[in-house]
Amino acid sequence: MIEHLPILQVIVPLLGAPFCLLVRVPRLVSRFALLVSTLTLLISCSLLQQVLKHQVIIYELGGWAAPWGIEYRIDYLNGYLLLLVSAMGAIVLVAAQSSIRRELPHNRHMVFYTSYLLCLTGLLGILATGDAFNVFVFLEISSLSSYTLIALGNDRRALTASYQYLIMGTIGATFIIIGVGLMYMMTGTLNMYDLAERLPQVHHSKTVLSAIGFFIVGVCLKLALFPLHLWLPNAYAFAPSVATAFLAATSTKVAVYVLIRFIFSVVGAEFVATVLPLQDIFVVLGISGIFAASVAAIYQLNIKRLFAYSSVAQIGYMILGLAIGTPLGLTATLLHLFNHALMKAALFLAIGGVFYRVGSAQLSHFAGLGKQMPWTMAAIVAGGLSLIGVPLTVGFVSKWYLILALLDKGWWPVTVLVLISSLLAVIYVWRIVEWVYFAPPRIILDEIKDPPLGQLVPIWLLVFANFYFGIDTSLTVGISELAAQTLFVISGVSP
Amino acid sequence: MNILGLYNYWIVVVLMMIGFYIVIAHENLIKKLVGLSIFQTSVFFFYISMGKITGATAPILDEKWQLYSNPLPHVLILTAIVVGIATTALGLALVVRIQEAYGSIEEYEIQAQDTQDQMESHLEAYGFRKKHALSPSNIDQ
Repeated sequence: MIEHLPILQVIVPLLGAPFCLLVRVPRLVSRFALLVSTLTLLISCSLLQQVLKHQVIIYELGGWAAPWGIEYRIDYLNGYLLLLVSAMGAIVLVAAQSSIRRELPHNRHMVFYTSYLLCLTGLLGILATGDAFNVFVFLEISSLSSYTLIALGNDRRALTASYQYLIMGTIGATFIIIGVGLMYMMTGTLNMYDLAERLPQVHHSKTVLSAIGFFIVGVCLKLALFPLHLWLPNAYAFAPSVATAFLAATSTKVAVYVLIRFIFSVVGAEFVATVLPLQDIFVVLGISGIFAASVAAIYQLNIKRLFAYSSVAQIGYMILGLAIGTPLGLTATLLHLFNHALMKAALFLAIGGVFYRVGSAQLSHFAGLGKQMPWTMAAIVAGGLSLIGVPLTVGFVSKWYLILALLDKGWWPVTVLVLISSLLAVIYVWRIVEWVYFAPPRIILDEIKDPPLGQLVPIWLLVFANFYFGIDTSLTVGISELAAQTLFVISGVSP
Repeated sequence: MNILGLYNYWIVVVLMMIGFYIVIAHENLIKKLVGLSIFQTSVFFFYISMGKITGATAPILDEKWQLYSNPLPHVLILTAIVVGIATTALGLALVVRIQEAYGSIEEYEIQAQDTQDQMESHLEAYGFRKKHALSPSNIDQ
């Protein structure tokens, strides 16, 4: 049993999904989905435990040895992210129980839970697999199901948002298979670790260069790197609240993982740093993404859109950490991956709580809610503080490491820009605080109060995690550092 | 090796660019999906022609043959075709629902309606009631 955990991690939600369609009772479906996601969380916990003991777990699918068969390889990096994704999947589903009942008609419940579990399967599969083509297949599983999740939103703009995401997402995925195909042409293998051995022999051919180009552009579309982020704000704004919370916490993070895995484990960081001008491109796009998206966030009137733009900005920080090209920079990126997932899940779930009572995510509808929904609003403020990077929150920890890495590299101007950009976050968080606490309430109704405990508990669990991992950083920093160092060793660069 | 010797790549590149151009340039949502399909199909061609070796046969062991083509890219593309069908089906389903919700599948008409929705919600945000919003029916009155 124990040795089959890597595949069970993916198979359990995959098998759970069709069962959701068979069980036609909405109440049962939601409980069942929660059970499945809790199981995946337990599996990922024990996987991470094993990884910490043995460093790497290799699982051969069907007993076929690596270059021929598909191999799942769990190391520090994906063990850590598997835990993150499955934990978010389970916590968000707790809140979904009541939230979905309010937001979706009865007959759509099972569709929601089915696509939710499929999306979870796809994301976990991308993380677990060691095969380049398998990454594409799981990427499409997660993307197709997230298009469905987004289209389930009540507003008709959810449909156009989903359509737009479908077009851009498919172009991204197709670019990824072009890249994989070109690499296969040159090396005759699809296994990532086999590719890493064979690619250096053909490194300087134009085919490999264009393969890398296609692959990276494709992944950057998926992870919504500025200026390829156009699909993201509307998709997050009009999806059902819990779907937004789940996607914001996981899907772009997993795409960042694919980029990291590809650069470090497949192509090799040194090659990317010396032959391609990737470092410069990432620094410029990262910084301009942070500023453009933060400024756009300030002008939003819909809170979900506001935080969606802020997500684009946060991805800028992750890419910036990656661009630094030192283990410390990579540690900052991995920390921010984890921490940003905690913040955004808490924030979007809290907004879901407001949607549950008020039925809107417009900023003006938040007027005076500070008195009517004290716990939910406190959670939004706490999440906002974390987003700004106030000490004692997780946001501070990852920004601290990013700034350390930038200073270590001697990039003074970039450090200053990162600090200035935090002030932009202060502005957009303050706008919410102003409406919530200093504006008179729009309507006074007894019904407008904190959402039921089923939503408050996961929200506050995440807020608590925001502070806990901001104070006790041994787990997150420890694993991020280990993962970053192993990646640098794999790619043959002395740190 | 002359420039037409690798004609399969020429076909792939031309198809790919045609598909990509349609996706970017066309306003009609269904035409965009057609473009997307052409774009994806070009990649299928690319994979399938990649496995072909001149003078080789299918990989079934036989004494008469020495040279075999690589079947793996073909198998991969079977998966990719399934993914492509799923994408097109989902895209078309979305277009049906967009037509129901907006009464149009032309991008500029949909955008115009969205802009108006947004304007109404902006006005509402600043204290106007919905009936004051600039909608064509109100202007007529």
